[in-house]
Amino acid sequence: MAKAIMQDEMPTLSRRSFLIGSVGTVLVMAFGPLVPAGCSRKALSDRQFSPTVWFEMDAEGTTLINIAKAEMGQHVGTALARVVADELGVAWNDVQIKHVDTNPKWGYMVTGGSWSVFKSFKQLSQAGAAGRMVLLEAGAKMLDVSTTDCVAEDSFVIAGSRKVSYAEIVRNGEIDRQFTAEEMEALPIKPAADRRLIGKSTKALDIPQKATGEAVYGLDVERPGMVYARPLIPPTRYGSTVKGVDDGAAKTIDGYIGYEILEDPSQTLQGWVVAVADNYWSAQKAADAIKVVWSPGPTADVSEEAIWAEGTSLTEDKGSGVLFVEEGNVDAARSAASSMHSATYRTATALHFTLEPANAVAEYADGIWHIYSGNQWQSLILPVLSKALDVPEEQIVIHQYYLGGGFGRRLYGDYMVPAVLTAKALGKPVKLVFTRSDDSRFDCPRSASVQRFDASFDADGNVSGIEHAAAAGWPTLTMAYFFMGPSVDGKEKSVDGFSINGADHWYSLPNHRVRAINNDLAQRTFLPGWLRSVGPGWIGWGVESFMDELAALTGTDPIEFRLKLLDGAGKNAGKAPESVGGAKRLADVLKRVRDKSGWSKELPADEGLGVAVAAGQERTMPTWIACVAHVKVDRDTGNVDVKRLSLCVDCGSVVHPDGALAQVQGSTLWGLSLALHEGTRFENGEVADTNLDSYSPLRMQDVPELDIEFVDSDEFPVGLGEPSVIVVGPAIANAIYQAVGVRVRDLPIRAQAIKDGLQT
Amino acid sequence: MIEFMLNGQKVSSQAAEDTPLLWVIRDEFALKGTKFGCGIAQCGACTVHLDGEATRSCVTPVTAAANREVTTIEGLDPQNKHPLQLAWIELQVPQCGYCQSGQIMQAAELLDKNPNPSDADIVTHMNGNLCRCMAYPRIKQAIRLAATMSEGES
Repeated sequence: MAKAIMQDEMPTLSRRSFLIGSVGTVLVMAFGPLVPAGCSRKALSDRQFSPTVWFEMDAEGTTLINIAKAEMGQHVGTALARVVADELGVAWNDVQIKHVDTNPKWGYMVTGGSWSVFKSFKQLSQAGAAGRMVLLEAGAKMLDVSTTDCVAEDSFVIAGSRKVSYAEIVRNGEIDRQFTAEEMEALPIKPAADRRLIGKSTKALDIPQKATGEAVYGLDVERPGMVYARPLIPPTRYGSTVKGVDDGAAKTIDGYIGYEILEDPSQTLQGWVVAVADNYWSAQKAADAIKVVWSPGPTADVSEEAIWAEGTSLTEDKGSGVLFVEEGNVDAARSAASSMHSATYRTATALHFTLEPANAVAEYADGIWHIYSGNQWQSLILPVLSKALDVPEEQIVIHQYYLGGGFGRRLYGDYMVPAVLTAKALGKPVKLVFTRSDDSRFDCPRSASVQRFDASFDADGNVSGIEHAAAAGWPTLTMAYFFMGPSVDGKEKSVDGFSINGADHWYSLPNHRVRAINNDLAQRTFLPGWLRSVGPGWIGWGVESFMDELAALTGTDPIEFRLKLLDGAGKNAGKAPESVGGAKRLADVLKRVRDKSGWSKELPADEGLGVAVAAGQERTMPTWIACVAHVKVDRDTGNVDVKRLSLCVDCGSVVHPDGALAQVQGSTLWGLSLALHEGTRFENGEVADTNLDSYSPLRMQDVPELDIEFVDSDEFPVGLGEPSVIVVGPAIANAIYQAVGVRVRDLPIRAQAIKDGLQT
Repeated sequence: MIEFMLNGQKVSSQAAEDTPLLWVIRDEFALKGTKFGCGIAQCGACTVHLDGEATRSCVTPVTAAANREVTTIEGLDPQNKHPLQLAWIELQVPQCGYCQSGQIMQAAELLDKNPNPSDADIVTHMNGNLCRCMAYPRIKQAIRLAATMSEGES
C-alpha cells in the first residue's frame, strides 16, 4: 500500500535529467527532459522544461531554493534547503527559500504523511551534488588547476590558498551541463561525516516573522474589491437541500449585501447558503440572522453510539472487511489453543481544530481563477475545483501561504469550494471565512473507531496467534480513491492504508491476521479525515494496549514481553535503505527508554509506569519510537496526572535537530491531548463540540515533564512530524493499569471510566 | 465614528459600534498580526493591549476602545525587538506561528506587571492562550529567558 504511493509519486522525477545552465545573470539548476548536448542553457532559458526548477544562484551568489511543500509549523523549507545546500557546498547565509504557488512544473504537490524529508532526501542530495560538481569544474578552470586539486565549500571553490567565489563563477556564465538520470544516480553523495549543515544546529528561516506578526496566512489575504462571506452549513454533510431562505432579519445589518444558495457541480457542498457583506463581522451576524429551512440528508439522526455499535458488529463479523495481514493460520492456532483472550478498543471522533479557521479568497482575473489559501495537497483539490467551476485545471492557480495549523485538515481543500462558487455567483472577489464553529462542523474529523483483538495461547502459555479487526470511516476512500491499496489476497483498491497502517507491526507472531473494515455508517454520515498520525494514531491505541494485556496475562514484564517479540526475524529484519536493522532498532529504543525512565523503581501508591512502542506511519518508512509514561491516579475523582513522558526516537539521520525536537515535543503533547483532553461525539448527524467552550485541547497547565532522546544515527532519514502521537495514549493507559489495576479501553480516557473500573 | 490610539497613532473607525476590535484592527487598519481563532475569548490568538491590559479583541466591541490606547503585536516594540520577540527567536518557539502574536502580547502584560515571574505565575497567566502546535514548553522557557534579558537591561 504505502509502497504504491511512493511509486506513484517518485518515478517521473527519477527518469528525468538534471540541467544546469547559465541563464542571463543567474545559474539555474532544474530537473527537465533529456535535451541534446550543449542545449541545457537554451532549454532552461526558454523555460521549455516542464519541470521542477529546484534552485538558482544569482550573480551575488545568493541561492534561491523553491519549496513546493506547505509550511505549517514543521519548518520544512529549512530542512529541505539544508539538504540541497549541504551537497551544493553553499554557505547557509547565502540561501533563501520560496514557497511556491501551484503550477504543473512542480510535479505532484502534497505535504503530509511525514514524507517530506524521507521522499525528497535522495533527490535533493543528488541535485545539490550535481550543482557542486559543475561549480567545482568551472571554478577549477578559472583558477587554472585540476578539479582534483579543488574543494567546494562555503560558496567558494578553493585550491590551496587561492579561491574563487560561486558568485564569480555565476557571473562568468558559460555553464551548460546535463546529467542523465543514470549519471545522477551515480553521483557521490557526501558521507555523513563530511556533512556541514545536515544534522547541525541552525535557526529556522520562517521563525523571525512569526515572532513579529509579519508572517502572512491565508486569513490575511486581501484583494481589491473583495466582499466577505460566511457559510451557513447544512445539518448533514451529504444530501441536505435548501427548502427556503428568509433573510428578513439580516437586512437591517449594516453592510449586509445578500445571500447565495450554492449550486456545486462537484457535489462537495450539498445544501449550502452563504451570507455576504462588505465586512466580515456583518457577514458573521447575517449568517446568524438568516433563517434557512433545510431538508436534511438521511444521516440526520446518527449518533456516536450508533457509529460505535456499527463498528462493534462489523469487527465481530468474521466475514467483514479485507485482509491486510495474513501470516500463518490463526484459525488453526485458535483450534489448538489452550486459552483465548479477547478485547475491544474504541476511539471517539476527534477534531483537527487548526487554530486558523478554514478560509479562502477567490478571484477571477484575466481568464484565471486565483485562489489564495493555505493548503497541504493542492494536487488533490485542483480537480475538484475544476469540476466545481467547470473550467480546466490549467485555469486555476492556488496561491500558497503559511498554514495556521495543518495536522491533516488542510490535506483537503474543500473549504476553497464555497469561496470560488460565491465569487463566481457574484462576479467579484470573495473572502470566505469559517467561524470556529463553522470550521468544526465542516471538519473532516478523525473517525470514531472500533478494534477487536482475539489472541490464542498455546499449551506453554505463549501467544500462538492474534486476529485483529479494525473498523472506522476511511478518509482515502472518499477523498483520494486512487491511493487505496490492494488487500494481501489481491483485491485491488480495497484497503485504506491510512486507516490500518500500524496493524502490520514489527512483532514476530507465528499466526497473525488483520482485517481492515470500513465503517459504512461513519462513511455515509461525515467525511472521515486524515488527522496527525492517521491510522497508526488509533490503531496503536489497540495494538499497544492489547500487548500489555497479554504481558499481564502471561505474568511477564511489559518491556520483556515486547523485546521477546521484537526479534528482527524474517520479514521483521528490515531492509535498505529505509528500515535497516528492522525490529532490532525498535528493541533498541525500547531498552534505552527503559534505562532512562526508572522502569523498575518502586513508586508511591496509585502511581505507575506504562510503556508503548510505535514504528511510525508506514512499514516502508518506520520511525522507531518507545515511550514510558509516569502517571498518578486519583482514586476519588478518577483523574489522571501525567507526571512525565520519556521518549526515545530513532528516525535515522536528523536533518534539522532543533526542528526535529520541536516536532517530537509537539506530537508527544498531541498524543497526550488526544488521550486525555480531546474527543467529541456525533449527535444528530453532527459533531457535538464545535468550540473551546466544550472542546478542550491541552493547555499549558497540563504539560508534563518531557524527556526526549534521539538516537545518534547515520541511517536514511524517515518521517517525524506525526509518529510520537501514536505511543502516548497507550503508554498512559498501560501506566494507569500499573497504578491502579484498571484497564481502560476507550480513547479519550475519561475519569468516569477509571472510577467505574475501580468499583468493579 | 470611534476614535482611539492604535500603536501610538490616532485613528478613527467607521465600523458599526458592535464590531469587535479584532476586525477593526485587521480589516479597517490592515494590521494582520492579530489573529482570529475562536471568537469567544477562549484561545487568545486575538490578544492586544487596551491601556496596557491584555484583552481579547474578538469579544471587545470597538466602542470599548474609544479614547483609549490599543497596542498590537506590530506596536509592541518599534524595532520588533521586544525581549519576548528576541527570546521567541532564540529558543525557536513558533511552529505554525498562528497563535504567537497573542502569546507574546499576553506574556508582555505579565512581564510588565511581574518582571520576574515564577513558573507557576507563567502557567497561570498563559493558560488561557491555546497553542494548537503545543509549543508550550518553549513558550514557558522563552518567557523566563525574556525576563532575564529585561533584568539585564535595567
